[in-house]
Amino acid sequence: MTTLTDPPQESFRLSMLLNDTRYRSYTFQFIALILIIAFFSWLINNAINNPTLQSNGVGFGFLWTSAGYDINQQPIPFNSQDTHLRASVVGVMNTLIVAFLGCITATILGVIAGVLRLSNNWIVARLMSIYVEAFRNVPVLIWILIIFSIMTVSLPGPRAFRGDDPQSSMLFDAIAFTNRGVYVPKPLYEAGSLAVFITFILSIAAIFFYRRYATKLLYDTGRLLPVFWPSIAMFFVPTLLVFFVLGRPIGLEYPELRGFNFQGGIQVRGSLIALWLALAIYTGAFIAENVRAGIQAISKGQTEAAASLGLRPNRIMNLVILPQALRVIIPPLISQYLNLTKNSSLAIAVGYMDVTGTLGGITLNQTGRALECILLLMLFYLTISLAISGVMNVYNNSVKLKER
Amino acid sequence: MSDTHASSVAFVRETAIEPAPPPATETGLIKWVRENLFSSTMNSILTVLSILAVYYLLTLLLPWIMNGVWDASSIRECREKLDGATGGCFAVLAERWHQLVFGRYPQDSYWRPMLAFVLMFAAFAPVLFSNLPRKLLIGTALFPFVAYWLVWGGSVLVPVAVLLGFVAGYLVYSRLVDQSFAMGFVGGVVAAILFWWASGFVVTEDASFMSLPAVESRDIGGFMLNLILGVVCLSVSLPLGIALALGRQSSMPIIKFFSVIFIEFIRGVPLITLLFVANVVLAYFLPPGSNFDLILRVMIMITLFASAYIAEVIRGGLAALPRGQYEAGDSLGLDYSQSMRLIILPQALKISIPGIVNVAVGLFKDTTLVSVISMFDLVGMVRGPILASTDWNGVYWELFGFAALLFFVFCYGISQYSQWLERQLQTDHR
Amino acid sequence: MKKSIFLGTLTVAGLLAGAAAATTLEDIKARGTLNCGVNTGLVGFAAPDANNNWQGFDIDLCKAVAAAVLGDADAVNYVPLTGKTRFTALAAGEIDMLSRNTTWTFSRDNDLKFEFVGINYYDGQGFLVPKDLGVTSAKDLDQATVCIQTGTTTELNLADFFRSNGISYEPVPIETNAEAIQQYLAGACDTYTTDASGLAATRATFEDPSAHVVLPEIVSKEPLGPLVRHGDNEWGDIVRWTLNALISAEELGITSANVAELAGGTDNPEINRMLGNEGGLGEMIGLSPDWAKNAIAAVGNYGEIFERHIGENTPIGLARGLNAQWTDGGLMYSPPFR
Repeated sequence: MTTLTDPPQESFRLSMLLNDTRYRSYTFQFIALILIIAFFSWLINNAINNPTLQSNGVGFGFLWTSAGYDINQQPIPFNSQDTHLRASVVGVMNTLIVAFLGCITATILGVIAGVLRLSNNWIVARLMSIYVEAFRNVPVLIWILIIFSIMTVSLPGPRAFRGDDPQSSMLFDAIAFTNRGVYVPKPLYEAGSLAVFITFILSIAAIFFYRRYATKLLYDTGRLLPVFWPSIAMFFVPTLLVFFVLGRPIGLEYPELRGFNFQGGIQVRGSLIALWLALAIYTGAFIAENVRAGIQAISKGQTEAAASLGLRPNRIMNLVILPQALRVIIPPLISQYLNLTKNSSLAIAVGYMDVTGTLGGITLNQTGRALECILLLMLFYLTISLAISGVMNVYNNSVKLKER
Repeated sequence: MSDTHASSVAFVRETAIEPAPPPATETGLIKWVRENLFSSTMNSILTVLSILAVYYLLTLLLPWIMNGVWDASSIRECREKLDGATGGCFAVLAERWHQLVFGRYPQDSYWRPMLAFVLMFAAFAPVLFSNLPRKLLIGTALFPFVAYWLVWGGSVLVPVAVLLGFVAGYLVYSRLVDQSFAMGFVGGVVAAILFWWASGFVVTEDASFMSLPAVESRDIGGFMLNLILGVVCLSVSLPLGIALALGRQSSMPIIKFFSVIFIEFIRGVPLITLLFVANVVLAYFLPPGSNFDLILRVMIMITLFASAYIAEVIRGGLAALPRGQYEAGDSLGLDYSQSMRLIILPQALKISIPGIVNVAVGLFKDTTLVSVISMFDLVGMVRGPILASTDWNGVYWELFGFAALLFFVFCYGISQYSQWLERQLQTDHR
Repeated sequence: MKKSIFLGTLTVAGLLAGAAAATTLEDIKARGTLNCGVNTGLVGFAAPDANNNWQGFDIDLCKAVAAAVLGDADAVNYVPLTGKTRFTALAAGEIDMLSRNTTWTFSRDNDLKFEFVGINYYDGQGFLVPKDLGVTSAKDLDQATVCIQTGTTTELNLADFFRSNGISYEPVPIETNAEAIQQYLAGACDTYTTDASGLAATRATFEDPSAHVVLPEIVSKEPLGPLVRHGDNEWGDIVRWTLNALISAEELGITSANVAELAGGTDNPEINRMLGNEGGLGEMIGLSPDWAKNAIAAVGNYGEIFERHIGENTPIGLARGLNAQWTDGGLMYSPPFR
């Protein structure tokens, strides 16, 4: 362990392990390692000697046995004869669905509220402050329960839609708001619908290229092409044209009250809506604060400089402030996404079948494999978290101010 | 004002004209309204929409609150009294407040947690407000033991023995710390453990010396449980978090490795899975028969959870310090623990205060998750016994509103305090 | 061990862990209380009232065991458990016995390693529907939305029932009974399914119970009973025979009112054996001779418990049905005390 700089006559003595700063860190690390290993072997030893684990064994074989229960929201087909593994996958997909919807809605809400909180309109700024404070200071579980109660108690049941003179009626005869969820029309694809899709995608690409061309023209020649209206026209006209020319290949299946429930259409379940809204509004309040902090981090001189160039307030926000503020906003924004995903495990409170509800709930319960189920559950969340943080680090490095 | 003067000139104004008042649109309320509410078309639309929203909310809420029934024994009686009118059934709060606040704590002992609650403010005062005399910190150090004795009851000897163990540890530490911090620290820990081990023989289970009636931890519930969990876990997780943050910044690879693994693991999983671990898995990893209280297991898990988050906040504070501060400590010849204690941490902690308070508020809110593992905290009480009872089946808004209000008051109070503290500690000159 | 949390963990768990291999009975006697796992709130079976006193059918069994073992019916710690946490709590030794309307099944007995010591309520899964839904049979429930409490056998029975009848349904899993009621009453589900006894208890809490009916189909067998861990047969016997004593007491006409008098000695040798005057049964089971007397004096016989909490004169209003004594055409049949 000696290096060339050591005077050879000063041979190694045992007390140097404690007193010499060169070696002391090795001593500490060695002790820490021993302690940690001892602690874990104690834990594992206890687990090995645990009578319950000894008699039941530890293994993941139960994942391939039949689950025996049903799940209401199935992104992939599932019935009670399928395996626990498939049930867990359904749960994972449901978690991802609610997390994805929640993140998008929370971002929209948060950006609007954050910008409006800095508005010079007194009443709007106050209202946004109330929103942010009310949601930041009350536990998300209480909000989930409140919104779920609003969903179930305040909206009418399907029975209210029945009869000649129903108490409730469908919006535009197409959308039904019930306490079992919202029923919306489902698109039906017939022959020719592919052509409509291709046209749609092509027109989006065309818009993209037109805008790039317009920008390039502006920079090269200073000629300003109209952008907004042509984009709108390109968005709608070709698709609609193909749609009608081909004789309306995409139809709509309207929800209809038959039997106990609405049939047909797409059902967005009440539990999903409650969880989605609660998570989105709650996280939106946090994002609003991040957005506000990001905007305020941009020095006032930037706003004044933009104003002195003659930009209008919304253009100042769009072209000068927000692009700079984004660098400050994005890292906390991503950690809010992470929080939202983790908070979605509270789905259990409203009976939404996410992965905590299937793998960590019914499967755990019916098989009694607590250790294995919770281990898998933690691994899933850990994977998501690490993946999102990985993306965040890549982004952070790409937008970092390049200081030289 | 003589006649001659007046006759020689047709008219001379001798005093200045009073300045005319500004136009009505540029003054007072109107100006304020014009500038703040109707400065542009967009703003006007927003204002009108906001006013409509506020009006709608008030028409919903006001009659509900004003017509509230405070005196009834069941929801049916409430409905009879309201007779179709809109109104809240707040009688549930009046009848069940003790369950909501104290859980199943024995009713004749409510003074104990109340006293502990009041003492908590006295104990935190010298920590929170730095202009109070420093001697009061002794009271703060004594508080955990007094509070434990008050809330859980039992013989006073138990907390006294634990306290004396700490004192013994501290005495040994202060003897040895002159030689080396590490030696003092290890010596202190060993001394404390030896003392506790020895006192285990003296303090027998049925010691009745100055004994309060013991209360089972599963009888502790309601908002009190949230408060206890929040306060205990945060206090314990602060030193743990500091240690983890230092470990993560450390130059020793093994220490750093384990700190990083621990922090990233805890931050990567939802609290609810950790609570499941406390509830159903932890028992497998402990010696058979050593099953200790659920509340203690939950405290351990929430503490670990909070310490990982606090570690990240403090790491931010450490990273924000200029390199020069570390180098200054080295050049003064201070060793690692001295430079940390005297130079780095005081500054880093100051920078981290807003972050720590954020974690504290988040943690306090997260204590409601224990209701998912069938502990009767405030939310658990509402979801379990109260809503399940025949009398109050169907009273949602009053109960959830009450729970939300309690949490709002506490969390808002904490965040306001932290903003005040930030202003107090601001030493840079702008 | 609970009195001093800090010392308890530091010294007891750390240093004396090896010494904790006592039997359940010794543990309970040393502790002075019985840890009994119960429902978090099901009126009639186990629910805390406004004064935080636990009341109910399942609670009285805990009380009877505590009275038999410790001589004090109030020496019970009630540990409220959800459908999800109950088995792990029992496996981990957090509770000594589980008295929480738990169905006796093969896998719970053998895979989860528990010992069901008897049956104190013969139940079956039923469906509760609003009258105005116009449903008279569970087979009419095609495409209905069904509220279920998760973590129970009802989930599996439900799937089996609908699959075997070839009809579909939409499950709405709910964590607690209270939330299931909220959903059901708001019309978010067409029917609520759980054990028929639980449905009756739930229906009793409604504003207008007569507007709801329990459908005639009972889709499963749900023998509910107390259970203990595998591996400590002495303790299992104590709980089993306490339950049997309560059932026998009804058959033999012993009530909480006359038990003190009968304990003085009667002409019926079985009563004498049970109440500790002959035979030395208490010694065989490791308890005091008057164990059964204490249990009956504390809570009454099986019939009394039934009538007090869930019988026809209570808001829950369950008939004895299958749960009558075998002499009255029911299934309650205790092995003899001999």
